[in-house]
Amino acid sequence: MGEKVGIEASIAIAEAAGLANPDVIAAYPITPQTHIVEHLAEMVANGEVNAEYIPVESEHSAMSACMGASATGARTFTATAGQGLELMHEALYIASSMQLPVVMTVANRALSAPINVWGDHSDMMAVRDTGWIQIVVENGQEAVDNVFCAFCIAEDQRVLLPVMIHIDGFHLTHVIEPIILPDREEVQKFIPPYNYPMPLDTDRPVTMGGVGPPTIYPEAKKRQDVKLRAARDVILEHWARFTKAFGRQYHPVERYRTEGAKILLMTMGSMSETAMGAIDKMRDEGIDVGLLKLKLWRPFPFEELQEAVREAELLVVVDRSISFGGPGGPFCSEVKAALYNQEKRSKVIGLVAGLGGRDISVDGFVGITHRGIEIAEKGDEQVLETYGVRE
Amino acid sequence: MSKNKEQYTWKELEIGTIFTEPGNTAEYKTGDWRSQAPAYNFERCIKCGVCQLYCPEGCIEEDADGYFVANLYWCKGCGICARECPTGVITMEEETE
Ligand code: SF4
Ligand code: SF4
Repeated sequence: MGEKVGIEASIAIAEAAGLANPDVIAAYPITPQTHIVEHLAEMVANGEVNAEYIPVESEHSAMSACMGASATGARTFTATAGQGLELMHEALYIASSMQLPVVMTVANRALSAPINVWGDHSDMMAVRDTGWIQIVVENGQEAVDNVFCAFCIAEDQRVLLPVMIHIDGFHLTHVIEPIILPDREEVQKFIPPYNYPMPLDTDRPVTMGGVGPPTIYPEAKKRQDVKLRAARDVILEHWARFTKAFGRQYHPVERYRTEGAKILLMTMGSMSETAMGAIDKMRDEGIDVGLLKLKLWRPFPFEELQEAVREAELLVVVDRSISFGGPGGPFCSEVKAALYNQEKRSKVIGLVAGLGGRDISVDGFVGITHRGIEIAEKGDEQVLETYGVRE
Repeated sequence: MSKNKEQYTWKELEIGTIFTEPGNTAEYKTGDWRSQAPAYNFERCIKCGVCQLYCPEGCIEEDADGYFVANLYWCKGCGICARECPTGVITMEEETE
């Protein structure tokens, strides 16, 4: 078993990616992802990781190089953030549609303008529908653990889909915390060898990414959606394997002090850590409040969410991005959509907070919860309410 | 592909809609795109093959008598052959279907 060390989350993520024994890494550095790819480049240069490192000239090329590598059957890793993820956008759809199991960590960052390198979930929401499996983690250990799980899930013959791991920029990427990095042998035992069933091979020629006219495109898209939804069971299976091997547990919707809670706060990403502090504080004050933390964003965990909110009367969802001119926060609108047709459903109030790296403190989450309660009581819900914005 | 693309259900598609038979675009009936078709007055044809060289679809075949004729399974009706023929053999005529 590896030792617990004090390490920056980005460096630990790079170490984890290295331990996973990738064949190809293609990446372009961008704040706040930089430390991940810098450290990987260093490890490759020092001969510690036996991979081909392709320093490309843009994120569009990074994803394109990753796809080419993955198509030959290579285990492929990359990382990006914010604007970089946006520049990759069209290639993201191609990777998932062609079922190329690239693993990518995204250091979540706000989108310009104004230029902002700090963390929020705007980039994550912009790639919501790209067909990637998307895992959202709340601390460095979860990021490391899910790098290993991501390779198992992506490369599983029943899945063969790319996986994104969302890691809050700065709030998480640049934090030094105690993290257990397993030994190389343990990781190699956990991640099965990878065999892409139809790699580019001159002896067995295939065409990837061919033309799909109207006579075949709808069938191709239906298949893609079915595949992504079916990946859920395999994700749970690999998380269970992980628990068996390393002890730590992961669930699509995690609960914190939800027993007897009529009010539930719902978050995703690193803010969940602070939100737990707020739950403790409010519980001490006698408020029956609990926390739900979303860990699996795609495929969306409908069943787990419906189950988790069954007893609640009010759900307060915190979004870290805005759907401009749309239904407020994209996370909240998905939660609402998932619950709308339930016979008995809790009231769902959405609040947007923490944009562009604005901190949300423990008291902030207490305030958000109280505001949620107030809105529910008064019935004065607005389409979009941003908590803590100066009027 | 052994059967036409139009017959595949979503369950029968390969991983990532990979095509496992190289060259299967030959089965794609691009002739469906056509709104005009080439018509020939071979009396003026000098069998130079210029039309075949210029056809972007590569669908003009030489027949047993040495004349150059479009294969309408693939001919998209672009009219380039008619434009390039030095002796005015080809005219483009509206499809009636
Ligand atoms: S109309 Fe165009 S596609 Fe058809 S035979 Fe002439 S050049 Fe070729
Ligand atoms: S270009 Fe005109 S003359 Fe030359 S082969 Fe074709 S049809 Fe005949």
